[in-house]
Amino acid sequence: MTTMTDANNPPVPERIAKSPSHWRNRKHADHFRNHDEEFDASKFGMWLFLTTEVLLFAGIFVAYAVFRMMYPEAWANGSNHLDWVYGGANTVVLLISSWTAASAVRCAQINNQKWLKINLIITILCAGLFLFIKFKYEYMVKLGDGKAPGTFFSYPNASDAHEQLWWSLYYMGTGLHALHVVIGAGLLCWVLVRSIKYQAYGPTEYTMVENTALYWHIVDLIWIFLFPLLYLVH
Amino acid sequence: MSTHDAHGSGGYHEEGSYLSGPPGMISKIWQWASTVDHKKIGVMYLVSVLAMFFLGGMAAMAVRYELLDPVRTVITQMEVDGVMTEVISTTGDRLTPIAKLIGADSANQAYNRLFTLHGAVMVFMFIVPSIPASLGNFFLPIMLGAKDVAFPRLNLLSWYIYVVGSLFGVLSIIMGGVDTGWTFYTPYSTTTDADHIRVVFMVLAAFILGFSSILTGLNFIVTVHKLRAPGMGWFDMPLFIWGLYATSIIQVLATPVIGITLFLLIFERVMHIGIFDPSMGGDPVLYQHFFWFYSHPVVYVMILPGMGIISELLAVHSRKHIFGYRAIAFSSLGIAAVSFLVWGHHIFTAMGELAAILFSGLTFLVAIPTAIKMFNWIATLYKGSIAINTPMLYALIFLFTFSIGGLTGLPLATLSTDLHLHDSYYVVAHFHYVMMGGTVMAFMGGIHHWWPKMFGKMYNEWGGMLGGILVFIGFNLTFFTQFMLGTQGMPRRYANYVDEFQSLHVLSTYGSWILLIGFLVHLATFIHSLIAGEKAPANPWGGLSLEWETQSPPIEHNFHHEPVLTHGPYDFETVVPPHCDPKDYPLPENPSAH
Repeated sequence: MTTMTDANNPPVPERIAKSPSHWRNRKHADHFRNHDEEFDASKFGMWLFLTTEVLLFAGIFVAYAVFRMMYPEAWANGSNHLDWVYGGANTVVLLISSWTAASAVRCAQINNQKWLKINLIITILCAGLFLFIKFKYEYMVKLGDGKAPGTFFSYPNASDAHEQLWWSLYYMGTGLHALHVVIGAGLLCWVLVRSIKYQAYGPTEYTMVENTALYWHIVDLIWIFLFPLLYLVH
Repeated sequence: MSTHDAHGSGGYHEEGSYLSGPPGMISKIWQWASTVDHKKIGVMYLVSVLAMFFLGGMAAMAVRYELLDPVRTVITQMEVDGVMTEVISTTGDRLTPIAKLIGADSANQAYNRLFTLHGAVMVFMFIVPSIPASLGNFFLPIMLGAKDVAFPRLNLLSWYIYVVGSLFGVLSIIMGGVDTGWTFYTPYSTTTDADHIRVVFMVLAAFILGFSSILTGLNFIVTVHKLRAPGMGWFDMPLFIWGLYATSIIQVLATPVIGITLFLLIFERVMHIGIFDPSMGGDPVLYQHFFWFYSHPVVYVMILPGMGIISELLAVHSRKHIFGYRAIAFSSLGIAAVSFLVWGHHIFTAMGELAAILFSGLTFLVAIPTAIKMFNWIATLYKGSIAINTPMLYALIFLFTFSIGGLTGLPLATLSTDLHLHDSYYVVAHFHYVMMGGTVMAFMGGIHHWWPKMFGKMYNEWGGMLGGILVFIGFNLTFFTQFMLGTQGMPRRYANYVDEFQSLHVLSTYGSWILLIGFLVHLATFIHSLIAGEKAPANPWGGLSLEWETQSPPIEHNFHHEPVLTHGPYDFETVVPPHCDPKDYPLPENPSAH
């Protein structure tokens, strides 16, 4: 099958074009009736998995709400210690990366191999930048001040006895989110490698790009909730 | 061999079953360890969960053994060197040898660890994966007419995750076990054995096992949605599939919550983050809310597949269309929906009056869909041509014991009576009547029902019946006595008790021995069947769902051609003419079968 945009792509070396992993050569798994059914099933499975992610973080959000009601003072103080500039910067970084992840899916659909790779690379770089800002300007600085979770809390100027709980939840919530950023970046790298090595994704075979992008969007979305709750609401 | 090969030849030839593999032990093991075939994975799960059932059962036997008598201090007067001296000794610490073995301080601590072990192993490693992961994995795709589940590799991964999780659990047990109770309530779980890693390992085991459960549920939901045979609408599915579907919804929606709970608990224990620690402003009741938000829905993960099995067994073995198909199907979904709204009834005393009243009312709602099922099952039996064999025996046992289990739940949902009954043996008895009298009985019935299909061998009907009768007697003796103990005030989770309770405790322990003998009879029957059982026909019971249309045991791809649905799973009256023994009657030629 050739597409309109094939003209945009440089000719593919024989080795890649003949590879069973090249998107033109991909066959659907034996237990599906056709390719569409496989695609629908994979995407449905991914959405179900995203549901579990939402419920996983629901625990953190519920704990946040409960302790916010119990200790409003501690919560107000805690959030005052967070700089919205870094949180805001990270929000922008993630929003951009979500845009590029969505663009990567589009590029796979129209067989724009070059921009597929570029979009994936930008997304991965954004993931790295997010983690860099998080660790370098937030975690390291806060931990240096003694604003550590639980019994490790040694910040001398805490004005409320329960501020350590705030920091516990801050680290659990953002830490779990950072773990998801790492996993998402790993998936994106895998998609990128397969795309470079085999041109594995194209108009008839972009399930993995789509599902990885969906995962990346949920990572973004969770941050969209974490950011105002932790940084903006006093 | 792909199904296309058979197209050209115009007919099909005998093809090797999924059990036939390459020669050589190592290549056989590798073939099983790397398989993505849902049937093999189902069998692997079956073996693993039964091994865990044995481990948890042994712990239960030890617990019952300790409870044979109360701890008594005996003062005997002895003449030593002509002087009368009083010698003080204690009797009844029956677990002292085990305490030495596992490094516990006392027989009482050994008892605490053993009941925790029993609970954790039975809940997380046996009963949650039991029916869905073994029988469900094996039969869900076949009953839908599919070649496999939607994500076969994920399915294998889920088994490996299960094994890794179970290994952590077993490791924790080998290191000496934990005495937190299977619920890991804080502060027990954050403070006991503070110098030791084994509590972390046990919590980690439950955490890891959750992923396995999620993957199975996710796989089943997608399979049911996408891979039904042509012509099979939602209401043409066998009710076992409906049960598994409702189960999967709960698994996918509830399990992540226990994931985050245990994740926080591990950090609480290792790093003292304080979220569940009142001395740091945390809230242990929050842990209990989190825990039961998962662990209450999960009791329906345990029972719904069992209910699905019972629907199959009763219809097939009484040769009647299931009564109220849609009512049973929707009641499964109804139970799944209500299951998320009732977690508070585990912590009535830790919440306000209004919340307790609401949770109590919502809990009563569960009785409605459950009763709908019960009445439909009994109506199915009415004027049916009932065959008394092991699967039917277990289905009848289920109706009996599960009714008791369900009805005794109502006094626990009632606030005023719960005040008296909670934390007593009454709760223990109720729980075992629904879980063991429900799920395990359905599981045993299901294993016997599908045994010929899974392994291609018939089992000895006398052995099955004898085992079933022994299990029934032993089960009721073990647990009915506990209802009496509970109402008289015997609290749960104690190694010791007052003398008045002894006779009932002794009866209960005797019952557990009969129960053990019953299960050993079953084990012997299964082993005998595998070695010397006669070859099973494709459809020994005259069932009409799709799994009976393929050979026993099924071929690698389940069917030679994609099956086309020509009749419903329970259309016994229309497919089989009246006054004709359906087992002798050849089924109408399925156009897709040749």
